[in-house]
Amino acid sequence: MPDSLAPDFTAATVNEPFRTPSGGRIDRAKPVTFSFDGKAYSGVAGDTLASALLAHGVHLMGRSFKYHRPRGVMTAGSDEPNALVTVSRDAGRTAPNLRATQVELYEGLSAISQNRFPSLGFDVGGINDRFAALLPAGFYYKTFMWPRSFWDRVYEPVIRASAGLGKVPTAPDPDRYLQRHVHCEVLVIGAGPAGLAAALAAAESGLRVILCDEQNEFGGSLLADTSSLIAGKPAQVWLAETLAELAGYSHVTLLPRTTGFGYYPHNHVGLVERVTDHLASPDGAQPRERMWQVRAREVVLATGAFERPLTFPENDRPGILLADAATTYLNRYGVKPGKRAVIAAANDSGYRAALALAEAGVEIAAIADLRRAPSGTGYDAAKRAGLPIETGKTIAGTSGKMRVDGASIASVGEDGTVWKTQDIACDLLLMAGGWTPTLHLYSQSLSKLRWDDTVQAYVPGAVAASQALRAAGAASGAYGLEAALSTGFKAGNDAAVAAGGDAVTTRVFVTVCPAGDASTFLGALPHNRDANRVRAFVDFQNDSTAKDLKLAVREGFRSVEHAKRYTTTGMATDQGKTSNMPMLGVMAQAQGKTIPEIGFTTFRPPFTPTTFGNFAGAARGDLFDPIRRTAIHHWAEGEGAVFEDVGQWKRARYFPRQGEDMHAAVARECKAVRGSLGIFDASTLGKIEVVGPDAAEFMNRMYVNPWTKLGVGRCRYGVMLREDGFVYDDGVVGRIAEDRFHVTTTTGGAASVLNMMEDYLQTEWPDLNVWLTSATEQWAVIALQGPKAREVLAPFVEGIDLSPAAFPHMAIAEGRICGVKTRLFRVSFTGELGFEINVPPSEARRVWEALYAEGRKHGITPYGTETMHVLRAEKGFIIVGQETDGTATPDDVGLTWAIGKAKKDFVGKRSLTRPGMMESKRKQLVGLLSADGRTVLEEGAQIVADPRQPKPMTVLGHVTSSYMSAALGHPIALALVEAGRSRMGETLQVLVPGRGSVAVKLVSPVFYDAEGARLDVV
Amino acid sequence: MLIIPCPHCGPRPELEFRYGGQAHIARPVDPSPLTDQEWASFLYSRDNERGIHAERWRHIHGCARFFNVVRDTTTDQILASYKTGEARPEGV
Ligand SMILES: [Zn+2]
Repeated sequence: MPDSLAPDFTAATVNEPFRTPSGGRIDRAKPVTFSFDGKAYSGVAGDTLASALLAHGVHLMGRSFKYHRPRGVMTAGSDEPNALVTVSRDAGRTAPNLRATQVELYEGLSAISQNRFPSLGFDVGGINDRFAALLPAGFYYKTFMWPRSFWDRVYEPVIRASAGLGKVPTAPDPDRYLQRHVHCEVLVIGAGPAGLAAALAAAESGLRVILCDEQNEFGGSLLADTSSLIAGKPAQVWLAETLAELAGYSHVTLLPRTTGFGYYPHNHVGLVERVTDHLASPDGAQPRERMWQVRAREVVLATGAFERPLTFPENDRPGILLADAATTYLNRYGVKPGKRAVIAAANDSGYRAALALAEAGVEIAAIADLRRAPSGTGYDAAKRAGLPIETGKTIAGTSGKMRVDGASIASVGEDGTVWKTQDIACDLLLMAGGWTPTLHLYSQSLSKLRWDDTVQAYVPGAVAASQALRAAGAASGAYGLEAALSTGFKAGNDAAVAAGGDAVTTRVFVTVCPAGDASTFLGALPHNRDANRVRAFVDFQNDSTAKDLKLAVREGFRSVEHAKRYTTTGMATDQGKTSNMPMLGVMAQAQGKTIPEIGFTTFRPPFTPTTFGNFAGAARGDLFDPIRRTAIHHWAEGEGAVFEDVGQWKRARYFPRQGEDMHAAVARECKAVRGSLGIFDASTLGKIEVVGPDAAEFMNRMYVNPWTKLGVGRCRYGVMLREDGFVYDDGVVGRIAEDRFHVTTTTGGAASVLNMMEDYLQTEWPDLNVWLTSATEQWAVIALQGPKAREVLAPFVEGIDLSPAAFPHMAIAEGRICGVKTRLFRVSFTGELGFEINVPPSEARRVWEALYAEGRKHGITPYGTETMHVLRAEKGFIIVGQETDGTATPDDVGLTWAIGKAKKDFVGKRSLTRPGMMESKRKQLVGLLSADGRTVLEEGAQIVADPRQPKPMTVLGHVTSSYMSAALGHPIALALVEAGRSRMGETLQVLVPGRGSVAVKLVSPVFYDAEGARLDVV
Repeated sequence: MLIIPCPHCGPRPELEFRYGGQAHIARPVDPSPLTDQEWASFLYSRDNERGIHAERWRHIHGCARFFNVVRDTTTDQILASYKTGEARPEGV
């Protein structure tokens, strides 16, 4: 059946044979139609997908990961390992791996099962189950090792296709996700009885309280509790009153459908609120999810406990549930999970389930208790009710194909011998294996877990130093309603006091309820069958069995962290919520050790799978990163510029005219600059104002160049190194006054250069009297480059004599242009006569347009970064980050001339004399000319002497820049080549992937106007 | 996300800061007489503490000052925070 098959809702199965006539927190008057695997069903408001399917007697909800065994729902909550479904609204709104136990029903919900092909009932992958003997622990590691080439072509595709934990959406996610940052004094996670009591206590202190719960309704265990009394009232009446009380506090925030997914340092807790997933037609104004980043002074974890499955042979058939899940389906959802039940009990929870089911008319075939002498409130009541209790019994196996149809009950002798007593027909088998406190968040906080022998569980230990939290109720190992309420209230009160609130008078919750019970059985249940053949599942989602774990121990994987990875136990999407303690039990058994001796695995966020949208929030598309646009941006847009991203900036790359590709446009722009005049937006250049009495000394220390003697009104090309001697940044620096430098940096380097300057100034030389100010946004920069530059510029400038004598190359002056203040640089990154006009961004567009209008007499041509790159390469000017890669010294790129030889020290100087930095075989900047006169080399291509040499070849260098030069009529390239300057005139080979190599001649990196005559054309 | 106490501004979320590496590694006043070994050690040798570590932070989206923090790298507990140039407090 294709997944896309549209269900026919008019044909929905409305008869719900397993729905009880009354009771539960559902609304039978509100039918809800949904589909599962293309078949339409009817449920009711308040159902989850799991409860609605169970109402139709549908237990088979998935296939297991490795063996593709039929699996039914096992739990009623976030610990569900089996019933994973994909819920889709459309191609972009498709969520895989959702637990059917947590999917709230809405009208028209469409869910499909996973891990099956072609259908849930008939699955070809189930063949794996027949060959289980071939798929032992670690089979991935053992089997798919050789030959290497098979991994990419055979093993991985096949494994991926047959594994398939759901499928990713095929369209972009159209939903919105928001994030909120909030502070509170007390955050309570979990709104069962313990959490509610904690919130009550904290709320009374008047402090800001947040109470959240992953379920759609607050109440936790109370939602399925139809018998207990609190303060003389039925538990659910007390629940309603308590919620009303909490809702009345303006300082209390209640967040249902909100999972505490991660506990981070300094009491920073991540919550994800599912806002619209439960709605049939979500309001477009609402985000799908809202992440609450909570900074809480104190946290109370009232996260309850998960029931433990029991590890007996074939414990994974559909129809085998946790006992408390059965109670929940019956009491909360009004669904009978079967007609005839066998209960495997190691805890009183089994008896409570049996009593509730019996009352609802489910036949109790047998209660097989592992204990010889059980006790407990439920046990006593079951005994009084005459339910068939058998003690000292184990489950030796089960039968059934798509659903359990029988259980083998066996006796366990005092000496451990097992003999089968009877096969009992049943369509429901419940496991009551005791409880595991839910301490994922506690462990994530780096607080310690401590083994408690009396409750046979890990319980909260020492709180991590930088955190402030406590656990209450079942999460702390205090089981039962009465303990939940009292420990919860105390925890809430203690948290409020620790957060600065006043102590609240103690409340006593008078309860009538079953006593808490910590009885459990850890390890594989005894049986009388061939231990090498039977499979008792420990991790249901990843299909690891007791046998696998024992094999891992035999093969030497004694550490729980190693055995976990080897067998993949606990590593599925449920992160071992149901499998963790059974795994430790089996490993302890296999090694003859106690559980604390085995150790414990670490919990990591998220508690349950969390969407990428939750983390991305609004940071996608245009909001992923700030976009910086220059004052000229819109003008360039109007001229049809093609933009490129340079850091966060959008820069015009070229300005194509009708029919031009990039190469044609760049060739035209290059010719215009060299022939007449080009105009270029250089506003993105980083600018730093260095000011103060010690400004020159500071510059002397930061840059390789000497600055003391640079005259006011003059500029110098500055080179900055890191302390390790490698080129870090470069740019023209102008001296505005004795105590004032206008420093420019690369576009991408502005922030990091300022950071490095601040670092030295603040931490190494605090004695220097210097101020640093970022001025990147204060100055827009218009570059006029070309022989006509002065002629076009002059009419607009006031207060600066532009004559060559008064304003030579590398001069700077302050004056006015178009009536606006300017810092005018005479500089050239093209080799032509050039000016860089700094003006306030608010005036830049006006100045630009005035210059452009005047320039049209001379064919002024706007050019982009691509042309700028070609022009500077023709002149052999490097670009930091293109010719350099963080391992180039000034000498490597031909900048030794810039170094102030007389300076005693500057950042990086000492490193330049380390032996490796002076190696004669270092790569040096050279020019390359293709021998054929027409091949434009590939940037990044490797350079060798002999392309026919055996691999791995001796690589002599690589191409750093490569362009077609319009001015020269042939390609040019820059490269870093081993001892390149001593190889001038040599021919080497540049490798071209798939096409052999191209011969190149090594030449000077200055291709055009080596004598610099064009700077001074008149 | 840590809460970092800036000695100039007070406690602020980590998002406002940039990490600055190990603290109290002073650049030699005159690097020239140092041996290559000594200089390499200054450039590259850093502690990788599992435990108490003095480190630099810069309040880049706040006062922009560099300062020092003593942090336990195993628990992220911040034991002290003090201005550049000040000595590491006694006892931490
Ligand atoms: Zn600050």
